[in-house]
Amino acid sequence: MAIVFDGTRESYVEGLSEFLNSGQKDAPEWVTTLRREAISGFAKLGFPTLSDEEWRFTNLEALRRGSFSIAENGISGVSKKSVDSYGFSGLDCLRLVFVNGRFASSLSDTKDAGEGILVKSLSEAISEQSDLVKGHLARYADYEKDAFISLNTSYFEDGVFVYVPDGTVLEKPVHVLHVSTDEDRPLFINPRNLIVIGQSSVAKVIEHYVSASQSVYFSNVVTEVVCGENANLEHYRLEFESQKAFNFSTLRVNQQKNSNIASHSILCGGAIVRNNVHPVLAGEGCNSDIYGLFISEGRQHMDNFMRVEHASPHCDSRQFYNGVLDGRSKGVFHGRILVHEGAEKTDAKQTNRNLLLSDTAQIDTKPQLEIYNDDVKCTHGATIGQMDEEALFYLRSRGISMRQAKIIMLRAFTGETLEHMSIDPVREVLEGVVMKWFEKRLQNGKGR
Amino acid sequence: MLEVKNLHVQVDDKEILKGMNITVAPGEVHSIMGPNGSGKSTLAQVLAGKEAYEVTEGEVTFQGKDLLDLEPEERACEGIFLAFQYPVEIPGVANTYLLREALNAKREYWDEKPLKHIEFAKLAREKMKTLGIDEDLLKRSVNAGFSGGEKKRNEIFQMQILEPTLAVLDETDSGLDIDALKIVANGVNSMRDSGRSFIVITHYQRLLNYIVPDFVHVMVDGKIVRSGGKELAYELEEKGYAGF
Ligand SMILES: Nc1ncnc2c1ncn2[C@@H]1O[C@H](COP(=O)(O)OP(=O)(O)O)[C@@H](O)[C@H]1O
Ligand SMILES: [Mg+2]
Repeated sequence: MAIVFDGTRESYVEGLSEFLNSGQKDAPEWVTTLRREAISGFAKLGFPTLSDEEWRFTNLEALRRGSFSIAENGISGVSKKSVDSYGFSGLDCLRLVFVNGRFASSLSDTKDAGEGILVKSLSEAISEQSDLVKGHLARYADYEKDAFISLNTSYFEDGVFVYVPDGTVLEKPVHVLHVSTDEDRPLFINPRNLIVIGQSSVAKVIEHYVSASQSVYFSNVVTEVVCGENANLEHYRLEFESQKAFNFSTLRVNQQKNSNIASHSILCGGAIVRNNVHPVLAGEGCNSDIYGLFISEGRQHMDNFMRVEHASPHCDSRQFYNGVLDGRSKGVFHGRILVHEGAEKTDAKQTNRNLLLSDTAQIDTKPQLEIYNDDVKCTHGATIGQMDEEALFYLRSRGISMRQAKIIMLRAFTGETLEHMSIDPVREVLEGVVMKWFEKRLQNGKGR
Repeated sequence: MLEVKNLHVQVDDKEILKGMNITVAPGEVHSIMGPNGSGKSTLAQVLAGKEAYEVTEGEVTFQGKDLLDLEPEERACEGIFLAFQYPVEIPGVANTYLLREALNAKREYWDEKPLKHIEFAKLAREKMKTLGIDEDLLKRSVNAGFSGGEKKRNEIFQMQILEPTLAVLDETDSGLDIDALKIVANGVNSMRDSGRSFIVITHYQRLLNYIVPDFVHVMVDGKIVRSGGKELAYELEEKGYAGF
């Protein structure tokens, strides 16, 4: 029988024992214990409400009213061909495919990762590299403070596990494709990813969420990243869920001394989307570059929640987030920078620029600096506006059509964030997707 | 080529052009001079098709067509070019990209094949040399962070690439040192021919030493109050606008 969550806190709490009995019988003891601890976290927290400071702009009423269940079917219904269509042409990469949260090994290709490198499904790693996984899993993403992390930690089934030992370069990018399919009931899917990059090692990981249908589901992602001393990670989160889906995701990064991360979040799908990006610059001399682009239409709601935590001296962080909003969609940019007491010589910068294509689109942008130290440089800036009329006229006065002028302006605006992607085939595909989106908007006669 | 008849224009219910008349024949260079706020830029922008300016009376014909009926991009493709008094900065759009798009839009309008990348690059390089423009200016975003002089030179560069039939230069000389002024003037003079006309809007007689006009018009309070030959510029230099 399916495990059904009727939206109440109790149903999510009580569902766990059935979940443990059905699919998780062979799980190691420590994982079961972890799940139990996590659900007691959720039992205390429940879903956040508007009175919660960090959720002021995002109403979860629809999620609380919804009924969701854990997927019962296997990975059928997704073909190799359709998976290929989500690929990045010209990109030589490793690929892991998950369907409704479960690993589809027949659609995946993880050969030739390199000496000592592990790129596999997390559930496999839990049984085969139990100690290694145990040392990191749920050590960073706090299931006692965040309800969605609690739920994910309780109910996750699978996701990617990437382990790059010290002094190693993972040559090929890892493409992690999560596909959701049309099911009888709205699904509750909890992808869980763990990425561990050793000292002076390098990796690129692309998390990609797509939907083969336009159905309702509740996708709740948690990714934990450990970036060892002097390591370098480029991470992508490409969110193209169904327009009716609920998508919550957390990227929790732990950065050790002199490590670098570049994080790219592209949000495009989903009815209600919340993307948490939470790097902790734990060691000295770290660098975090956080880029984001969200494009919304209709009644989409996209909440971008940044929490950049400077915990050590001499670290730099940069946030560049751009939003394009059309229709009656709503955007939120919450940019929190937290500088701890000992984090001298912090240099943190945040920029959020928003372009409204309609009179009814709306954006709430809110910087939040929390600084417990005098010796820091923190700057933030936000803009909200329509397309620059003067620039449009200038382009038209050179013979360029109104439509083309708008496309040029939009491309420039979205390019501000996309141009920082180092994997060209990914950037090119995204530019294409964004272009198509614009063209559709301009065809409807909208988008001034 | 261009005929402006009794043109009245207002912005926000304020009348700025109050019965403007000017006729420009092919090959002619006209200069419009006048004090600040007399409406020179308004005329220029109206010719280019800026929508914020409302034409309440009068007509403008360009090569037999009703200009006011055309969209800004159609006017450009028909051969009108405006060198802006304040060129607009467009971050994220490369100068070369804008130019190629513009040139190819115009070619498409006239059923010509678009220029290939290399063909365009060659053309751009030629024009740049004569204007003393750095190659690197091509790659930079349109006018973004350009000095005043660079912006003005860039306008002339665009004009050279687009080869308009009628070019309106709105105070392209202001803010230029004498060397830059000569370069700009050369850029204009090298394009003068029997089929191409210019309207040179300026504040100072200085420019007209280098671009010698066929006609000079004095504009005050939204109207041409006097027209004459190039000697009118000298008279203005001596007496100022007070007498008009
Ligand atoms: N967009 C506008 N909105 C309101 N007033 C304007 C606008 N553009 C021009 N004006 C006014 O029109 C008059 C003429 O301006 P302009 O054409 O720029 O003069 P010029 O170029 O001769 O200095 C000025 O009084 C100016 O303030
Ligand atoms: Mg002016």
